[in-house]
Parts: sequence; structure tokens; C-alpha cells
Amino acid sequence: MAIDTETARKVARLARIRVEEERLPALAREFDAILGFIEQLNEVDVEGVEPMTSVTPMRLKRRQDVVTDGNRQAEVLLNAPDAREGFFAVPKVVE
Amino acid sequence: MTDLTKLTLAQARDGLRAKDFTAPELTEAYLAAIDAADALNAYVHKTPEIARQQAEFAQTRIRAGMSPDLCGVPLGIKDLFCTNGVPSQAASRILDGFKPPYDSTVTEQLHKQGAVMLGKLNMDEFAMGSSNETSCYGNAVNPWRRGNEATALTPGGSSGGSAAAVAADLCAAATGTDTGGSIRQPAAFTGIVGIKPTYGRVSRWGIIAFASSLDQAGPMTKDVRDAAIMLRAMSGHDPKDSTSADLPVPDFEAMLTGDIRGKVIGLPREYRMDGMPGEIEALWHRGAEMLRDAGAEIRDISLPHTKYALPAYYVIAPAEASSNLARYDGVRFGRRAKLSQGDGITDMYEKTRAEGFGPEVQRRVMVGTYVLSAGFYDAYYNRARKVRALIKRDFDLAFADGIDAILTPATPSSAFGLGEMANADPVQMYLNDVFTVTVNLAGLPGVSVPAGLDTKGLPLGLQLIGRPWDEGDLLNVAYSLERAAGFMAKPAKWW
Repeated sequence: MAIDTETARKVARLARIRVEEERLPALAREFDAILGFIEQLNEVDVEGVEPMTSVTPMRLKRRQDVVTDGNRQAEVLLNAPDAREGFFAVPKVVE
Repeated sequence: MTDLTKLTLAQARDGLRAKDFTAPELTEAYLAAIDAADALNAYVHKTPEIARQQAEFAQTRIRAGMSPDLCGVPLGIKDLFCTNGVPSQAASRILDGFKPPYDSTVTEQLHKQGAVMLGKLNMDEFAMGSSNETSCYGNAVNPWRRGNEATALTPGGSSGGSAAAVAADLCAAATGTDTGGSIRQPAAFTGIVGIKPTYGRVSRWGIIAFASSLDQAGPMTKDVRDAAIMLRAMSGHDPKDSTSADLPVPDFEAMLTGDIRGKVIGLPREYRMDGMPGEIEALWHRGAEMLRDAGAEIRDISLPHTKYALPAYYVIAPAEASSNLARYDGVRFGRRAKLSQGDGITDMYEKTRAEGFGPEVQRRVMVGTYVLSAGFYDAYYNRARKVRALIKRDFDLAFADGIDAILTPATPSSAFGLGEMANADPVQMYLNDVFTVTVNLAGLPGVSVPAGLDTKGLPLGLQLIGRPWDEGDLLNVAYSLERAAGFMAKPAKWW
């Protein structure tokens, strides 16, 4: 299946990566090459096979639902590009 | 005094305990070697102050006669591991300036045992690559060269800095991570040993995630004994990683007897690829003969779904990456793009991710987004997970038939020149992992052992694949192969 420029634009938007208009045709061709490679999977008979969910047969462990950590506001904000008054700051979201 | 940087991890440990030299002396030797090796671009953040402090403290423990194996042993740490107060940015611009206020479980365990951290090592961005060329720091360089040619070669990837550092004696051993071959391929390209353990053997907590169902950390070392020692130090159950296995960790080193009589070694016929260089095929045969001479039985086996491993991987790994890398949004950590007047929050996300992620990471995030998107999820993602189940079943059947370990080539070629693949389509680069990626999909342990040199004078590796949780037996087979192959070559120093 050929990936067109429109599909490349849509995928870039879904992935929240800005791609300049003139880059879209080249990107579409790269997707095409990779997806063409992946198409080989259609040769495999997967009738009745369950999709793998865990590579080792294990049950996820449960733990007590208790607070084990906290009061680390300064550390949490330490690496933020913009932190103010104890919050992460972002551009205005609601008008 | 002998050059301390040439010692294996085991020799360094024994020398420290015997008081032949001190931990600070050993550390200083490595720090000097590192500063003289900037041409390799293996270390991207040097941490000499931390190393000196840790070495002093380790020496007090050694003096008190209370030293674990790694006490006072200088290590390099892949940039993918979070290290307290030290830049940890997965070789990505998007994590510029990120200094985690905590350590990964693996580095924490290593520190507690007294290991010394020399610095952070180069890698492909977010561990996505097979040549170290996607790193935001520029590529690491292989200490090996083709005879007298000055062409710069790749150390492989993604753990290219780790491989270059171990091969050039810039650390006693290094940590690596392996999602599709990222420990084993660079180990093969640089003539060192690298093991990817069974999925769940080593905690993933605090290691920057790429594809969570495939990622495993492991040691990259000068020989098999060192791999056994360091794997034990890195392993163990961690409540902070829900996929970490609650199983006892054996003394892998004690299991290295070299006795493999009666072991059954499988040679999968599907690994005999069209166009495989004759040297690789010959090396594979020689490896099988060495194991037969050591008393193992060699058996031809079939792993029929091998061909579909790479395409399945290139659905599953990007899908998981697109989800894992959604967290890099310019809000909580790392870099945020400079915004223009009137830019809203979506502009912030899109600009931040466009300038923060390199081309290969962008490509994989978008491919992952596509295969998970409405209408394609079943056709791509679910189908790939079904094929993955079949790939694992191939191995399960072989092991049920009495196979103890599987011998394959580690890579389809020796190290190639940096930039040589620049104009190839991405799929060409992906083929580097053709022999290693099956092991990640099946969650098995796999080890790359240097086994010879090609006609250009470059190292070649063989891979051994073991049963789940049987790293001890697997390393013992690797140990037998290592002794028989007698690989002693080191790169001639040019840097």
C-alpha cells in the first residue's frame, strides 16, 4: 500500500511532530519502504494464534496500596523547562 | 607497574583484594586513558570527581576485607541509565540538561557494591540505531581499523560507546542495553563479550525506555568470566519493575567449568542467509567444530519463523517507542522549543519534538503511531504480536527437543565504515540485527563471543542463545567457545 503525502501529514500530526510541508513527500517514501518491509508478515498463517502479551509467563505482582513516597515537589520540578510557584508552566490552554 | 587498564575485571578484582594496587590507582589509570582517547568519542559525560570519591570509599572497604566483586572496579555507564545528578539524556537533544535526582536500579546496585563510575557512554539516540550515528553527541568510533587504513569504522550500536570503551581499555567493563541486538552487535564489532539476559532478569527501572517488552540491560566486558561476574551484580528482583522476575540469582562465575560434554548445540538452518559472506559462514562452522571437540553434540535444527522476526520487530518496537516517547513533551523535563507569539500548547509539543528528536527517532515514533492508529491496529500491531508468539514457539519446541543452546553468527558482517550507510534506505541498516532480534522477541538470553578476525583484520563474533533463566549454562558454553577460539587480538592503538 502506498503512503501518500496526506497520510504522512496525518501521522506527523498524531505523533505531535512538526514536519515542514516540503519534507512530507520524502517522509511518505520512507514510510512506504518500511511498511513494504513489514508487509511480509501477511505471508504468515496466524490463524488461531493468540497475540503475545508477555514474553515470560508471569503474573504481574501486586503490592500494598499504600503511599511509599512523596513530599518531593522541588525534585519533581527540578528539571522542568518552565516551573513557577510550584507548578509546571505551559502556554495558555483555554481561552 | 603493569598497565592497570589492560586487566580484566576479574584480574582487577583479584589484584585489589591482594593489595597489588589500590582502587584510587586503578581509577587514575583509567581517567588518564580516557582523557587521551577523546578521538574515540566514547565518553560523553566524564565524571572524574565522582570516580575519585567512589574509589577512595571502595578502598576503605577493601582495606577492611569487606569487598564485593565490583568493589573498586571502574565502569562506564551507557547514557541510557539515569544517574543521580549526572546528565542522562539517551544521546538525545530532547533531554538536554536533564539530570535525574535518582539512580536506575542497576546503577544503584553497582554503586552499593562499590563500583566506580568513570562517566557516561555514547550510544544511538534513544538506543535506536546500529552504528552510533544517530547520537546527538556525534558518533563513537571503533578502536579497530581495517589493517593500516585510516577509515573510521562504526563500533556498532546502539551501545557503541560502551563497546568502544571496553575494547580500548577505557573501563574495566560497561553497562549496555539490548532491544534488538544493541549489546551483541557492538560487542561483535569490537571483539568483546556482551550478554543480553533473559527478559526480566535485570530491572528496567530508571533506564530510559525504548520498547519496554524487548529492552534488557546487560554487561559488556573483556571476557566471559567478567560477563558472569558483572551480570550477577546487575541482576535481581526489583519491586519497582513489575516485569522483573522474583528468582534467585546464581553465582554465574562459579558455573564456568568449561565442561560442556553431552550438551546439545543447535544450528538453525534458517540463519544461513542468502548473500552471507563466506567468512561468516566459515567462522560459524569452525565454532560448531570447537564445541563438538569440547564434547558437545551438534544438531541441525529449524526455527521456521526466523525470516519474519525483523518485520515483526519493526512493528512492535516502534509501536512501543511511540507510546514511551510521548512523555517528551517539553513540560516536565528536558528541552522545550522556543515559541513564537501566539503559539498554543500543540505548537509547543510539535516544535519541541521536531527539534528535540533526530530523524531516526522521529521516523520510528511516526511508524509506531501509524501501526497503532485506528484501522491499522489489527492489520499491523496484532498481527506482529501473533508472529512474535510463533517465533517464541519455534524456540520453545527446539528446547523441548533437548537443545541446550543455539549457535549462530552474531552479525552479517564485520564493522562497516562510518557514513557508508548514509544513503541506504532505513531497512538496509535494520538488517544488521537479523541474527540478534529473534532473541529479544522470544525474551531469551543471548551472548556474543569474539571468535576470530576477518581478512580485513576486524573482529567477528558468534552468538549463543540459551534457555530462559539459564544464563549460567549459557555462559559456560560461551566460556568453552572462548577458550577454544583463543581470541586474544587487541586493536592497535592509534588514538
